[in-house]
Amino acid sequence: MSTITIQNNQHHDSHDDHAHGHHKETFLSKYVFSMDHKMIAKQFLITGIIMAVIAMGLSILFRLQLAWPDRSFPILETFLGKWAEGGRIRPEFYLALVTIHGTIMVFFVLTAGLSGTFSNLLIPLQLGARDMASPFMNMLSYWFFFTACVVMMCSFFVQTGPASAGWTVYPPLSALPKAIPGSGTGMTLWLISMICFVVSSLMGGINYVSTVLNMRTKGMDLWKMPLTIWAFFLTAILGILSFPVLVAGVVLLIFDRSFGTSFYLSDIVIGTQVLPNEGGSPILWQHLFWFLGHPEVYIVIMPALGISSEVISVNSRKPIFGYHAMVYSLIGITILSFIVWGHHMFVTGMNPLLGGVFMITTLIIAVPSAVKTFNYLATLWRGNIRFTPAMLFAIGLVSFFISGGLTGIFLGNASLDINLHDTYFVVAHFHLVMGSAAIFGMLAGVYHWFPKMFGRMMNAKLGYLHFWLTFICAYLVFFPLHFLGLDGVPRRYYAFTEFEFMQKWVTVNIFVTWAAIIAALAQVAFLFNFFYSIFKGKVAPQNPWEANTLEWTTPVEHLHGNWPGEIPTVYRWPYDYSKPGAEEDFIPQTVPFSLTMSSNMPHDFEGNTEAERIQEEWMAAQEAKQKTIVD
Amino acid sequence: MSLRKFISNKTIAGLAVILTVFANTSVFAQEAAATAAAPAKPIDMEPIYKSIAFYALLFLLLCLFIAIVGKAIRVYELTREAQDKPAAINWNAVNASLFALFLIVGLYGVYWEYTVHGNMILPEAASEHGKKIDEMFNLTLIITTIVFIATHIILFAFSYFYKHSGKRKAYYYPHNNALERIWTIIPAVVLSVLVLMGFLTWRSIFYKVEDPNNKPLSVEITSQQFAWSIRYPGKDGVVGVKNYKMITGTNALGIDFKDKNNLDDQTADELVIPVNKPVRLILTSKDVLHSFYMPNFRVQLNTVPGMVSYFEFTPTITTADMQVKTNDPAFKYLFYCSKICGSGHYNMQKVVRVVSQEEYNAWIVKQPTYLNNDLRKQFNLPLVADPAAPAAAAPADSAAKDSSAVKSNQLALKK
Repeated sequence: MSTITIQNNQHHDSHDDHAHGHHKETFLSKYVFSMDHKMIAKQFLITGIIMAVIAMGLSILFRLQLAWPDRSFPILETFLGKWAEGGRIRPEFYLALVTIHGTIMVFFVLTAGLSGTFSNLLIPLQLGARDMASPFMNMLSYWFFFTACVVMMCSFFVQTGPASAGWTVYPPLSALPKAIPGSGTGMTLWLISMICFVVSSLMGGINYVSTVLNMRTKGMDLWKMPLTIWAFFLTAILGILSFPVLVAGVVLLIFDRSFGTSFYLSDIVIGTQVLPNEGGSPILWQHLFWFLGHPEVYIVIMPALGISSEVISVNSRKPIFGYHAMVYSLIGITILSFIVWGHHMFVTGMNPLLGGVFMITTLIIAVPSAVKTFNYLATLWRGNIRFTPAMLFAIGLVSFFISGGLTGIFLGNASLDINLHDTYFVVAHFHLVMGSAAIFGMLAGVYHWFPKMFGRMMNAKLGYLHFWLTFICAYLVFFPLHFLGLDGVPRRYYAFTEFEFMQKWVTVNIFVTWAAIIAALAQVAFLFNFFYSIFKGKVAPQNPWEANTLEWTTPVEHLHGNWPGEIPTVYRWPYDYSKPGAEEDFIPQTVPFSLTMSSNMPHDFEGNTEAERIQEEWMAAQEAKQKTIVD
Repeated sequence: MSLRKFISNKTIAGLAVILTVFANTSVFAQEAAATAAAPAKPIDMEPIYKSIAFYALLFLLLCLFIAIVGKAIRVYELTREAQDKPAAINWNAVNASLFALFLIVGLYGVYWEYTVHGNMILPEAASEHGKKIDEMFNLTLIITTIVFIATHIILFAFSYFYKHSGKRKAYYYPHNNALERIWTIIPAVVLSVLVLMGFLTWRSIFYKVEDPNNKPLSVEITSQQFAWSIRYPGKDGVVGVKNYKMITGTNALGIDFKDKNNLDDQTADELVIPVNKPVRLILTSKDVLHSFYMPNFRVQLNTVPGMVSYFEFTPTITTADMQVKTNDPAFKYLFYCSKICGSGHYNMQKVVRVVSQEEYNAWIVKQPTYLNNDLRKQFNLPLVADPAAPAAAAPADSAAKDSSAVKSNQLALKK
């Protein structure tokens, strides 16, 4: 009976393939409006990389201004025109640069570029699904994201310039074009772009959650999922629950800006002109924004942590230490991240009682983060570490996560935050913990799954060069900035020229700018490696890293539906590396326990008495055999 | 076949070089023509383009160098492979050693940062609650530095010692509940201690019991793009009410003189406060969000339009004492804006002077009242014959700075 079913299945699958073979794929349906999750992942990745390069370029522009506030760079005028009259960036444009740099990096690179790429690529491949739950919605998700990017970039070409109220766009500054020119058309475009982005992110998130819950292959129960999938799954839940709140806030801001309501505005006088708005509160925006904004930083870091769990385990040739603890700490972070948003608002004039409460919840969230760090370290212990470029970046992530996480303990403490809030200490903190750490997670993912995405290998040596330059320069850029913050230098200052006590930091700024320029140039090594290898890289083998997860069982050449025949069945967890008694140092998830009798362990059977009995019988037989040989 | 490919590649490369050279020269020629045609151009861009081209060429040269080194390594490795010798370069060992080196150099770098840049930070807190914040900070710094150093030593040492070797298999070690419990509980306990201390410090800052014998001096600070206004309460010790709807050119804060408390209120160009006396700051904003930031006193609170916020603190070190302590005769306390508020955000400051009670008493009587004859007319109050209030004792330069800030504000408005 069972054989018949299997045959039926195979027949059905081959029929499916048959149909695909005849289905004509045009350029438009294959590369542009593709509904294949692998192609959509590549679209997200390449758009993300382009946006990252743009945002990095913006950061170099404002770093130039900070390092040499008195020097003129006539070349800037050639490109920026009136925004850099006489070769010097204008203060309004400086603020626009930091605003758009932040927005692009946080939303377009580290949310869409990271989650969008790897959730799309890995959820079906690692769970054993033919595609996403809704491929059409997946396609829409990418195109809304693309629209958001285009709209955001358009704001550079409007008369009054892009939004310039900081990436958190606090009203009233962001609501009043009279307060800053960027709050005119530029801000409108920012808001439209953000709505498109949230639509994209919600469609993606719903797709990820439904795929993870419904489309796992046979045997893939939740506790056999790789940690990457756990991270993407929880990230998607976070996004679904928090992004709508941002939309609510954004809609109210649009009303305030365009239709004369007063949700965020009250008692405002510009010059001597009294505005009619009454009864609103700017604090309301901050609550709504950070209700998304804080989960957002975990939306950024959790996929990176998931990716590094996988990469560290594969390349240490060891199971990830404390798999269950890793999952529970992710769940803990997910839940806690909803009740810590107030730590961004300790000094806004919010009731101090709330400050105390948010301090407690904030410092609790450090516990699961600490557990994750220690588990990474324990995974490395007595490993057999292969330093692939992906592994280097994953280790870099752990380092940044520690360095940036520890300064979070200062900022999460309300009384210390009084003096550190909105200073360079904050800038240093989040650039390490969510900027550098998350981008390192993303790069680790790119190096690790490039063979899966493009069927070719990236050049490892260029990868080493890229890693070492980026790793060293990132520390050189961000470590000294802590001390500026401890000296009371506020962030988003156009120049340090107006304060006597800031003069001593100008040399540090020059040093930091040079480090940033070197780091930016180091990315050329990556970009060249990436685009060159797509076309000319060495053709990838089936399982280049000798990993256990399902994606390496698919053929190197992509096909719609991922597996040519039946979807493989999963028998074991994804981390059986270097298991004693096994011949190889890895056992893929698709290998049943019956084929690995020599390496099975009691806990593998999860209380399945029948399987335990068979194992015991086998062991007894083995012992008897041994005895006869000895005799 | 491969030879032909090589030749054709070479031809293509040669063509590309010729084409680039041609394009460049024609571009430069055009530029030269353009500059010749328009001699009125304010900046001669040619040397600039040349210097940009120079840097670009330098970078390309560097890339070329890296490519050559890469090829050389590749050739070396291939010859080793062809001779069946073991792999030439053990990249795992190279990277592992680099991690070890990074650890050593990095530790020294951290030490250097802590001692050199660490000495350039704010001097000791000049307020009562600031001392508690500093204690809290030092405790947190000690704990986090220990964790930072220890975990990084572990991270990079493991990377170094457990690098790949073909002879060895990794140790299968999926979990250890006892160990996991330990490193859940220890951070939890340490953080609980920090939370508790932080919470108590926070409460002591924001929930003060007023001492009837030492009532705080109220000072109102109003922020606007890109200036601060300071208002002292006058003899009655009460800062009167104001109403933003009354703001006019002459009444910049919108003070309502129907409230008798306002009649004796004074303005000042700098914040002068007596030492060891509590000061209650009343923070308001006229236009957008600003942040009142006074780092030497560990004081910061946003000023919010439509909302009044309060911060009470007690300065403990006079400006003169601080000049001695920091060994800097030019030392000044400042307060400035730390919340992004527009194009002038980077220059929105005022001087703070902490003085003895006697000096304060002498200074405060010299400050002009907010009420002047223009406002008296407006509110139908009796005029004063001689309104020659003593001119501001503030240094002229800060006044000049203020007016320039106002000017730039007006400019921004015009745009």
